[in-house]
Amino acid sequence: MNVLSAIVRKELSSYFSTPVAYVFLFIFLAASHALTFYVGHFYERGQADLLPFFNFHPWLYLFFMPALSMRLWAEERRSGSVELLLTLPVRVWQAVVGKFLAAWLFALLALALSFPIWLTVNYLGDPDNGVILVSYMGSAMMGAGFLAIGACISAMTRNQVVAFIITVTVCFLFLLSGHSMVLSPLLGWAPDVLIDAVASLSFLTHFTSMTKGVIDARDLIYFLMLVGFWLYANVLIVEWFEAR
Amino acid sequence: MIEADCLSKHYGRLAAVDQVSFKVAKGEVLGFLGPNGAGKSTTMRMLTGFLVPSQGSARIGGYDSIKQPMKSKALVGYLPEGAPGYGEMTVHEFLSFIAAVRGLKRNERIKHIAQVVEQLQLEAVLYQTLETLSKGFRRRVGLAQAILHDPQVLILDEPTDGLDPNQKHEVRLLIQKLAQSNKAIVISTHILEEVEALCSRALIIAQGRIVADDTPQGLQQRSRYHNAISLISPDYHAIAEAIRELPKVVDVEILAQKSQVTIVPEKGALILDDVEAWLREHAWSITSIYRETGRLDDVFRQITAGVRT
Repeated sequence: MNVLSAIVRKELSSYFSTPVAYVFLFIFLAASHALTFYVGHFYERGQADLLPFFNFHPWLYLFFMPALSMRLWAEERRSGSVELLLTLPVRVWQAVVGKFLAAWLFALLALALSFPIWLTVNYLGDPDNGVILVSYMGSAMMGAGFLAIGACISAMTRNQVVAFIITVTVCFLFLLSGHSMVLSPLLGWAPDVLIDAVASLSFLTHFTSMTKGVIDARDLIYFLMLVGFWLYANVLIVEWFEAR
Repeated sequence: MIEADCLSKHYGRLAAVDQVSFKVAKGEVLGFLGPNGAGKSTTMRMLTGFLVPSQGSARIGGYDSIKQPMKSKALVGYLPEGAPGYGEMTVHEFLSFIAAVRGLKRNERIKHIAQVVEQLQLEAVLYQTLETLSKGFRRRVGLAQAILHDPQVLILDEPTDGLDPNQKHEVRLLIQKLAQSNKAIVISTHILEEVEALCSRALIIAQGRIVADDTPQGLQQRSRYHNAISLISPDYHAIAEAIRELPKVVDVEILAQKSQVTIVPEKGALILDDVEAWLREHAWSITSIYRETGRLDDVFRQITAGVRT
């Protein structure tokens, strides 16, 4: 427990020791609000809900979460500090989970700092705050999914830019796996079970149902398994590099 | 405390480390010597459990470094090659992080950090980030991190690389002190004087194999300069010409910059008295004369050159 919290604290403080954290928070909040008001027509819709805010999260996360996760392992491998970290009495899963948690906590902070829009919508009308809460949870879990993918991919390279680009690509596929663009190469030859399975991996489908205020156990299990799978893969990759 | 048993590491068909076995007891300082790329760092990485050996095993205090990694890693302080660290952290944050991961309690943490900061003279840079430090300071921070939890085993990959002569001297004194406090220490180096100054035993590694395992004195005795006589004289040139006539002299070498003549004897022969008598007899004037113990760099070249393919 001490080891895990030491790693989380170290990773979190490394976000804040450079301007990265502040630039990230500022641009993330500015972008999410700009999209809500100008593209989502928050005022013009005349409805007291935060759908125009949450609807852009998948697309914002597509670029913002890989930016948070890209350095987690790539930087350790580039600078050689991974050798130091893994020769301390640290289990690989502790390092993997610690780094992921730090990135997620940071993402949660960014998400929490969007509270003025919640205040605004409550000031302007009478929204269903239950739906908003579930939407925030959905957004947090989707962010965790993106970050788990990014952390794992970051462990495969020592170059942060490569980690970023590959993560964006993989996340894009996950985001749209319910969409015909991803499914069309499978149509015609793959069994329906496989097509359904791929389609059910979509971030969008699972997230959208949560923004409507529906808590479905399947959505929760989906995100938990997604995070679990990618973190486990992350552990295997780090161990594999060690064994080489 | 440290046992390597037939350690091997293969990369494809290349054997980076090949069947390396040795033991290091408490209070011993073992020096790894060898050309660059000989397998010193790879061996150390297997000892610390960072790399999994292709064959063989390493044990620290009886714990297998792969099968019981948490126990073996807890016993070891390790300075990896190039002293890596986290550039964006200050020295104090970095040492605090290591202390926390090492499981030191809050009051112990403060005490241990204060102690290593003093030992390695880091007060001046305590609140600077690692990326702003000079190479020498970075190396000292790496050493501080390695000895922070007062480990029983120290594995130091080129601990004095990048330090100036004064800092080198300080670090050597520190390592000597650590050895006296009953720790098992392995250092790698390609500075031969360091082996003489620090190590109770030296392993010479070339092409992944141990090619010599001896005390520094034992290694020196293998030198052709063991018991050679060096003298300095204004007439060095004439002496070098004439002294070849002495029995048991195999070779005479001249070092013109120092006006020095080195007389290499037959193996095992002691010729100091003969040389001195000969000098008196011919009335040569000399400014100094001494018997050499042997030159490690000569032994090193001789041993490692033979292995090259």
